[in-house]
Amino acid sequence: MLEVTNLHAYYGKSHILHGVSFNVQQGEIVSLLGRNGVGRSTTVKTIMGEVEPHGSIRFKGEELVGKKSFEIAHRGLGYVPENRDIFPTLTVRQNLVLGMKSTKATGRWTLDEVFDMFPNLSERADVAGGVLSGGEQQMLCMCRTLMGDPDMIMIDEPTEGLAPMIVEQVGNLLQEIAKRGVAILLVEQKFSIALRISQRVYIMGHGKIVYEGTPASLMQADDVRAEWLEV
Amino acid sequence: MLDVLIFATLNGVVTGLLLFMLAAGLTLIFSMMGVLNFAHASFYMLGAYCAYSISLYFGFWVGLLVAPLIVGVLGALIERYGLRRVHQSGHVAELVFTFGLAFLIEESVQFFWGRDTKNYQSPDILDFALFTLFGQEFSAYRGFMIAISVGIFIGLYFVLTRTRIGIIIQAAITHPKTVANLGHNVPLIFMGVFGAGTALAGLAGVIAGPVLTTFPGMAVVLGSIVFVIVVIGGLGSLAGAFIASLLIGLLQSYAIASDVGMQDLLNVFGIDFPYDHPLADLWGLTLPQIAPILPFLLLILVLIFRPTGLLGKREE
Ligand SMILES: Nc1ncnc2c1ncn2[C@@H]1O[C@H](COP(=O)(O)OP(=O)(O)OP(=O)(O)O)[C@@H](O)[C@H]1O
Ligand SMILES: [Mg+2]
Repeated sequence: MLEVTNLHAYYGKSHILHGVSFNVQQGEIVSLLGRNGVGRSTTVKTIMGEVEPHGSIRFKGEELVGKKSFEIAHRGLGYVPENRDIFPTLTVRQNLVLGMKSTKATGRWTLDEVFDMFPNLSERADVAGGVLSGGEQQMLCMCRTLMGDPDMIMIDEPTEGLAPMIVEQVGNLLQEIAKRGVAILLVEQKFSIALRISQRVYIMGHGKIVYEGTPASLMQADDVRAEWLEV
Repeated sequence: MLDVLIFATLNGVVTGLLLFMLAAGLTLIFSMMGVLNFAHASFYMLGAYCAYSISLYFGFWVGLLVAPLIVGVLGALIERYGLRRVHQSGHVAELVFTFGLAFLIEESVQFFWGRDTKNYQSPDILDFALFTLFGQEFSAYRGFMIAISVGIFIGLYFVLTRTRIGIIIQAAITHPKTVANLGHNVPLIFMGVFGAGTALAGLAGVIAGPVLTTFPGMAVVLGSIVFVIVVIGGLGSLAGAFIASLLIGLLQSYAIASDVGMQDLLNVFGIDFPYDHPLADLWGLTLPQIAPILPFLLLILVLIFRPTGLLGKREE
């Protein structure tokens, strides 16, 4: 589904990604782990065209390098940014409508379905997004991307700053999304949730992939966890 | 007294609404680009001239419809092939670009239409008194100006707050990257907003041309007041621009209608100055005389006491 090969990226003169390669297959949940500042967010931003990519990014067989963000989104790649960038002055419903790429949601998710799944959002459909709690904003942000009916989503630290119970809910939602055939690239720092729901994991260190394996193999590899992840 | 008040209010509202038609577009474009578009009033002038020329052949009503379209398309093209490229070089370059554009449009207008005032007339159908109060007539054309502005604003409000495209525009102005990531073509949206804003300015020119006269200086005259309005209202705030437009419109209209002079004011405080005093000109000033500078006085007061404007948000 997504095949990233030898990806480099720069912020001005500083070289942030030093040849990142990884892939995500159809319907898979793959986690991208690593410490603060190793370039995980930069990786997804570069795939999305927010940062200029050097290298190759193939999505459903098509090269994404050189395409604009909105064109990439139209190819079916969704992105949920790390700062929960909801539109605070717009209502919950309007936030969701913004996620649709045409006037009607004809894909896997409809407005009603989303509201059924999240009674919290449905009760507050006409409330400004800015007054929701952190967890609700995260759900809203994910649902907004789903309204665009992506075939794959990249989610950047969805559980940051959330209570354990909400983290659990986010995990369940991600599994629910994957069940509908949407591939997921989960960027995380906490690896408990990543290990619970993902089929494969990559670890990033200093702008490169330094480990690739399964949750089980990562559990075995104490040295890798000690060197590249915070324990 | 009452008749003066009523007519001054009505005229103030006419001017205020007209100013808002320019200020609304300028505000939206400012929120988007992050710089003031100094050429905005030039599109207003262009609207008046285009409508004048069209009206010579096809009559006023065709001009009313077609001129704003021409101006809007021109605005969109300028955004697409001019501003969008300049944007990459930063705000100063954009500002200089709009300055240059304002001069270019003014020179072009003089080149094509000449320096003289055009005899652009309101349509005959509207050449009657809408009503007569205390022996004074309120012309149907002014009523028409009010109706068309209010209609446009209700439509604009509806589109911006109730439709999908309006919601996308609102979000694109504040969070362009996020909106692009959701699959919306933000540059295209910006081009559309720029075009719509210039079309509105053009429309203002079409309906103001017959009343405020169509001449090459009309952009400068109104443009400076519109800048004052968007600053007083708070840069980027549509509601603020609306309040400021009406405020300035009414303020000027009351000032012109009043016959109060400095003399009267000083008399209230029991001060009386002889007319042969060397500074007699100063207290000979009347409010109608200083009406044109009132907006700028207000601007200075607002900047001193409320630098973010009436409804502006503090920069973060
Ligand atoms: N806009 C930017 N301009 C310059 N440097 C940046 C910018 N954004 C990030 N960086 C730098 O790039 C490096 C990678 O940042 P990135 O946001 O990708 O890290 P991350 O792995 O997502 O970590 P975290 O999200 O925990 O901060 C960091 O050293 C950061 O300082
Ligand atoms: Mg990050």
